[in-house]
Amino acid sequence: MKFLGLVIVCLTGGLLLYGTMDLPNWGDPASPASTHLSDYYIEHIVEETQVPNLVTAVLADYRGYDTMFETAVVFCAGLACFLLLRDFRPGKDRYYRHIPTGVMLHFKNPDTRMIPGNEFEHMDKDWVPSDIIIKTVCRILIPFIQIYALYVVAHGDFSPGGGFQGGVIFGSSLILMAISYNLKTLLKRVTEKFLSMFAATGVLIYVGLGVLAMIMGGQFLDYGMLAPLVPWDPGHIRALGMLGVEIGVGIAVMSVMVIIYVNIVSEGRHDEGL
Amino acid sequence: MLWPIDLIVLTFVIFCAIAAITVRDLLGTAILFSAYSFLMCLLWAVMGAVDVAFTEASVGAGVSTVFLVAAVFRTSRRTKD
Repeated sequence: MKFLGLVIVCLTGGLLLYGTMDLPNWGDPASPASTHLSDYYIEHIVEETQVPNLVTAVLADYRGYDTMFETAVVFCAGLACFLLLRDFRPGKDRYYRHIPTGVMLHFKNPDTRMIPGNEFEHMDKDWVPSDIIIKTVCRILIPFIQIYALYVVAHGDFSPGGGFQGGVIFGSSLILMAISYNLKTLLKRVTEKFLSMFAATGVLIYVGLGVLAMIMGGQFLDYGMLAPLVPWDPGHIRALGMLGVEIGVGIAVMSVMVIIYVNIVSEGRHDEGL
Repeated sequence: MLWPIDLIVLTFVIFCAIAAITVRDLLGTAILFSAYSFLMCLLWAVMGAVDVAFTEASVGAGVSTVFLVAAVFRTSRRTKD
């Protein structure tokens, strides 16, 4: 069976390599894409959209549909993760720590529960005291990562980056918080309800901008039609529309990344993680 | 223009890919995937596709590694085959 698998893999790989011989060389100026499509984009994007980063202009404006459904796919991935893994049954064993003394209490009866407060704290089963070095370094680092993520989203029109990358970086900063402290610390600050609402809001912002353009009399996702809403800077309306769309993508991706991480690492129980 | 870099990075990419499917420790596989993504990111950057390189670095090398490590943490660390 293993041998058969190897043969199939080699055969498929060989066919794919054979197929690539028909593709034009990398950076070939005579290839079909470079002779018809790229010329148009390179010559017209800056005057049509005022966006210096051609990749962002193509992704968020010329192929706005593509990016919109990409965001919808990311949203669906988060939804699927939630539906498959989320487990609402309460865990049987509960652990509490008496904060002043550090004594751990183990409750085996699921009905008895304590109200976590200043005296007692709900704890993980294999909880170890958090390392002060890791905690301090992450506490200093996380705000800078988040600022950088916001910069990547906001500066997507001018430099590499955009909503997707910025959202992923922002999401990883939250995941870093969950890893360096514990999962509860994250979920106390960023609740599940907040994350789900943000994931849906991101997609809604994208689609909403498209529908708004329709209401203003244009076609779906035609940002140029939004110009009357921004009377002080109508020349950059397409760039501003792209920025709005990127913000939507960033919000959706950020929350979906955290939702997926939280559900995988705690097996859907949202109690303890890495 | 940059063919020595291309060649070195491509060799490492192939080594990482082969190592990722032969290593039996799944945590090691996750890290090897991360290294693979970083090398691919370098390749994209050499080819001038900076946006793709950025995505590869943040998604491939960053978040997906965390997801894989989380999945290994909740399942088993050794493969059966």
